[in-house]
Amino acid sequence: MFGAGLATMWLSLLVLIPLAAVVWRAQEDGAGAFWDAVTAPEAAAAIRLTVVASFIVALVNVVFGTLIAWVLVRDDFRGKRIVEALIDLPFALPTIVAGLVLLALYGVGSPVGITLAYTRAGVVVALLFVTLPFVVRTVQPVLLEFDWEMEEAAASLGASRLTTFRRVVLPNLLPAISAGTALAFARAISEFGSTVLISGNLPFKTKVAAVHIYGQIETDNTTGAAAVATVLLVVALVVLVGLDMLQRWAARRA
Amino acid sequence: MSIRATGVTKRFGDFVALDDVSVEIPTGSLTALLGPSGGGKSTLLRIIAGLEQPDSGRIEIAGEDHTTLPPQRRNVGFVFQHYAAFKHLSVRRNVAFGLEIRKRPKDEVKRRVDELLRLVHLEQFGDRLPSQLSGGQRQRMALARALAVEPKVMLLDEPFGALDAKVRKELRDWLRRLHDEVHVTTVFVTHDQEEAMDVADEIVVINNGVVEQVGPPDELYDRPANDFVMSFLGPVTRLGGKLVRPHDLEVFSEPDTGTVPATVVRLVRLGFEVKVDVVVGDEELWVQLTRGEADRLALGPGSPIHLRALGAVSRPPARAH
Amino acid sequence: MRDGPRRSRLGLRVVALAYLAMLLVLPVGLVFWRTFEHGVGPVLDALGDPSVLHAFKVTGIVAFWTVLLNTVFGVGVAVLLVRHRFPGRRALSAFIDLPLAVSPVVVGLALILAYGKFAPIGGWLEARGIQMIFALPGMVLATVFVSLPLVVREVAPVLEEIGIEQEQAAWTLGAGKVQTFKRITLPSIRWALAYGVVLTLARALGEYGAVAVVSGRLVDKTQTVTLVVEERFQNFDQTTAYAASVALAAVAVVILVVINLLRPDERNR
Repeated sequence: MFGAGLATMWLSLLVLIPLAAVVWRAQEDGAGAFWDAVTAPEAAAAIRLTVVASFIVALVNVVFGTLIAWVLVRDDFRGKRIVEALIDLPFALPTIVAGLVLLALYGVGSPVGITLAYTRAGVVVALLFVTLPFVVRTVQPVLLEFDWEMEEAAASLGASRLTTFRRVVLPNLLPAISAGTALAFARAISEFGSTVLISGNLPFKTKVAAVHIYGQIETDNTTGAAAVATVLLVVALVVLVGLDMLQRWAARRA
Repeated sequence: MSIRATGVTKRFGDFVALDDVSVEIPTGSLTALLGPSGGGKSTLLRIIAGLEQPDSGRIEIAGEDHTTLPPQRRNVGFVFQHYAAFKHLSVRRNVAFGLEIRKRPKDEVKRRVDELLRLVHLEQFGDRLPSQLSGGQRQRMALARALAVEPKVMLLDEPFGALDAKVRKELRDWLRRLHDEVHVTTVFVTHDQEEAMDVADEIVVINNGVVEQVGPPDELYDRPANDFVMSFLGPVTRLGGKLVRPHDLEVFSEPDTGTVPATVVRLVRLGFEVKVDVVVGDEELWVQLTRGEADRLALGPGSPIHLRALGAVSRPPARAH
Repeated sequence: MRDGPRRSRLGLRVVALAYLAMLLVLPVGLVFWRTFEHGVGPVLDALGDPSVLHAFKVTGIVAFWTVLLNTVFGVGVAVLLVRHRFPGRRALSAFIDLPLAVSPVVVGLALILAYGKFAPIGGWLEARGIQMIFALPGMVLATVFVSLPLVVREVAPVLEEIGIEQEQAAWTLGAGKVQTFKRITLPSIRWALAYGVVLTLARALGEYGAVAVVSGRLVDKTQTVTLVVEERFQNFDQTTAYAASVALAAVAVVILVVINLLRPDERNR
């Protein structure tokens, strides 16, 4: 089939061969060199920071993403449509601009008195900015289609509002929340542009894995860059494959 | 134009949809492909249209081999069960589509479209979108669209299947009349025997990928080739292990030549008809009588009666159990 | 409970809006305010800088080719995945999504390792006078990579939903494959396609990491607007960094409005 061949060739040239080249370069000097590159103190610190920060970001998104989706579906107030549109702003705004605007508000001499520049908290805020839409946009449609009679049935059976939420609403939202969270986590793990300005890229302190890879490329250490890149690739793939399995499982159950 | 399918076989994986099927459909006829769902009748229609390729066999239209011709070049009109209306085009543009593809002059297209919209009674709806029409109107639009290119044959795949009972009945009568007007060779697929008997002048019964029988409605009803055709085309019951039509059973109060003794179990009055459940030995069956016949025989639960299959006089009496 | 006590509803609303204000509205608003603090004049002066104008041109060129390539690829692959059955179809579908899981910096690294001067393919092209890395072709490839699934994932579900019968009806009426695509398929997917194109455009205009790696950041040559923002900011030229950011943000806001007009649940109304 001509079309399938053409698509496969384009995909190979664009995505598969280059990514294979990364993995190839990472192991070219042997497993020992790979291990040294990813456990070098600076690299290890960057990977650890990235994973921990992404984890925190995922958790915050679970709470605030669900909360915002809830407010957008269940609440009604003036200007709701504008808020609704704003949710996608992080998808439309260039990441470097995201970093710049955050630094304007939370940089040195912050007008609101909160200085996060060059701190790990600053990294987390930058990641929260770029991952905001994921959970909101996966939970919102589920809430819109939600069968509210279930909730009323629980109430008629004597369940309190909190119990109803915990025992009836939340379990039904769980697949959507986990899907959105997994996407947010994968995005946070690989984020680069938004953290560049606000983090100051201090080694051992605020330098994330992507920035570390960038530094290694700049100093022509592509093997070291490829090793850390391979780790990021594997983590992201594990998360996305896990998400796929979760969705299949949820689809079977529904 | 006539259609001839010779030795057509089609498999989908392990499933045999058509098994060495040969059918001939004469010029100008209105033919029904009748059979249960999944029996292969739609597949045969789609193969005639070129929308599916047969694994083996040959399709001829008007005597010319069409087996490998793509659907674009067969010049057949095809009507889909769910209309396949072009949702983004007005009714008028839908009907004009085939003519525009053929690059006919604008005024000719307009004239032809007006004529067809009149024919299908949609002249006031030309500027609407399909979504603003009812199901019956959409199907009439689809018919006009297929007729616009003056096809050699018209193929309709369960054309009334998605419509409610009343509209269905109307469209059936209308299709019959339309065919009398335009006389194009027409084949339609249906699983509804009443629809086939009502509309078609020739019926092809297809089941499990093979043709069971071909003939005019009366012949199929009165002289079915086998038990399947008999039970598919009308009500049946079983007397002495043999299929009979319930209205072809004679009821007597006294024994007669070739009758078997039976006992009435129950009577159900359905307006003019009476459905009588009876037992013959340990065999249960039912007889269809008119109200007058039932009253004349003074039937009630427990009445002893004597049964005989119509036209069975000359045959040896049914074996008693 | 659907209407819940007013107080708790109000509480949730305040928390949600406060979070959005602190994270989105205040930072973006502040940059807009600071940019126009001294009027429009300085902003226009900053954007009129020849290097900045050149960067806008480079961004425009990269975005144009990205949108073009991904539209063709996206529609083609969507048709392929939905309308055809062939060996490797599921694998193709899975690989289309792969770019979403790859860090932009890793995209850049991958393209350097495959198409750089010292790589087999890159060297072969170099010998024929085609430079990929530190040049526009590489930047286009990088941007196409990061936005690869956006069109496919919008168009494929719509193709699935409209089904194949309209296309088959067109065939029986004599329309060839190309005519059927132009007259029937394309009009049916136009809103989904527009949505995918707008998403691709947004991603292409804003891409930073992948382009930073493969462009070599050559001022007046391969520098894009996002690279200008970073370079000027690091060099304490805040006026230009802010002006370029606001220009990009303004485009983002326009894109947001368009996205909201094209969103699937809106277009079905």
